[in-house]
Amino acid sequence: MSQLLEAFSWLADPTRWSGTDGIPTRLLEHLWYTALGVVVAAVIAVPIGLLVGHTGRGRGLVVALSGAARALPTLGLITLFGLWLGIGLKAPILAFVVLAIPSLLAGAYSAVESVDPRTVDAARAQGMTEWQILSRVEVPLGLPLLISGFRLAIVQVVATVMLASYIGNGGLGRFIFLGLQLQDYPQMLAGSILVVALALVLDVALRVLERLLAPRGAARG
Amino acid sequence: MSWVLANLPLLAERLLAHLGQSIPPIVLAFVLAIPIAKLANARGWLRGGLTAGAGLLYAVPSLPLFIVLPIILGTGIRSTVNIIVALTIYGLALMVPSASEALRAVSRDTLQSATAQGYAPLARFLRVELPLAGPALVAGLRVVAVSTVSLVTVGGVLGVPSLGMLFIDGFQRSITAEILAGIVLTAALAIALDLLIMLGGRLALPWSRVRGEGVR
Repeated sequence: MSQLLEAFSWLADPTRWSGTDGIPTRLLEHLWYTALGVVVAAVIAVPIGLLVGHTGRGRGLVVALSGAARALPTLGLITLFGLWLGIGLKAPILAFVVLAIPSLLAGAYSAVESVDPRTVDAARAQGMTEWQILSRVEVPLGLPLLISGFRLAIVQVVATVMLASYIGNGGLGRFIFLGLQLQDYPQMLAGSILVVALALVLDVALRVLERLLAPRGAARG
Repeated sequence: MSWVLANLPLLAERLLAHLGQSIPPIVLAFVLAIPIAKLANARGWLRGGLTAGAGLLYAVPSLPLFIVLPIILGTGIRSTVNIIVALTIYGLALMVPSASEALRAVSRDTLQSATAQGYAPLARFLRVELPLAGPALVAGLRVVAVSTVSLVTVGGVLGVPSLGMLFIDGFQRSITAEILAGIVLTAALAIALDLLIMLGGRLALPWSRVRGEGVR
């Protein structure tokens, strides 16, 4: 327990809250890497997921792919890409993208799939084009599930960014690995508390967003 | 490839250690989740709270949990007990909501007929409710197994021996083959356990194939 107190006094030390290796800098780095990874993954995965959901084609492939991705060890991908691509942002971003794609893909296709087929038929009967059905009916009604996919992807990438500090990148994981190297357990604890807090804040915020953006009568994520 | 051939005993040792840290959490999560889910289903507020708590818990990254738990457990940070407890918690976070859904999906009419036929509550639970919820429980267990095998590797950064150590060692010594071997073995172990559970489920519960497998 005394170590927990030491961790809190580590966190309360004002010198930790400024400078290039301070908590705010590391937090911003963490958020920046997460955003970069999720946005790149979304550009690839969301259109494909929506298309799969709309046409119903390739569904088996998407399910198999997201299942297989769960079996891939995050740390393995990070160290492998790190070794191949060297120091810098390329290796970790590639890992974030690969790990975020399955959640986003599943979120996008299940969002479209959750919409009542009768609603889609009604939209078609009213003369909507396929594009209009997707953009004005299926996406708005499935929005909570789509956001849920984003939430899972973001939480996953926040954890992965932490591990990527191991191969020399910034982010809040730095404190954990620095503490590990120096055998400074309070610092490891403090870093852990920061990462957990960030993951929980993002998770809760996105859950609230899911609720807020749900149109009346839409599927709950 | 030559690295792999020259280090087969090391790979076998790591694989065995990995299995040793994977099996206990998978079994514990499954065994503990069923009574918890049964209890939660009887009380609405508990069910809501557990489902929400499980969702939040799943957002907590594994490495911080490995680091924080020793304070409560009094174990060392490199202790396998620490890893097993942490992964049991994650397993429960996945398995409790899934078991709760599986048990709720059993038709109430069926349960009432069983009572009418003279089943005592415990016998009804063990011989009617559990077998009918079985296929959905097995689907939940498969997700837990795959996720656990993958999470065990994270202990490698702390120096807990498992396939995860191959990533750390391979990265530090720039041996691509070692990292690749680790990834392939981890994925293969996850897939093997997944298939084993699926086949075991089908053998023990021959009615599995009739109902869809609702993997979440």
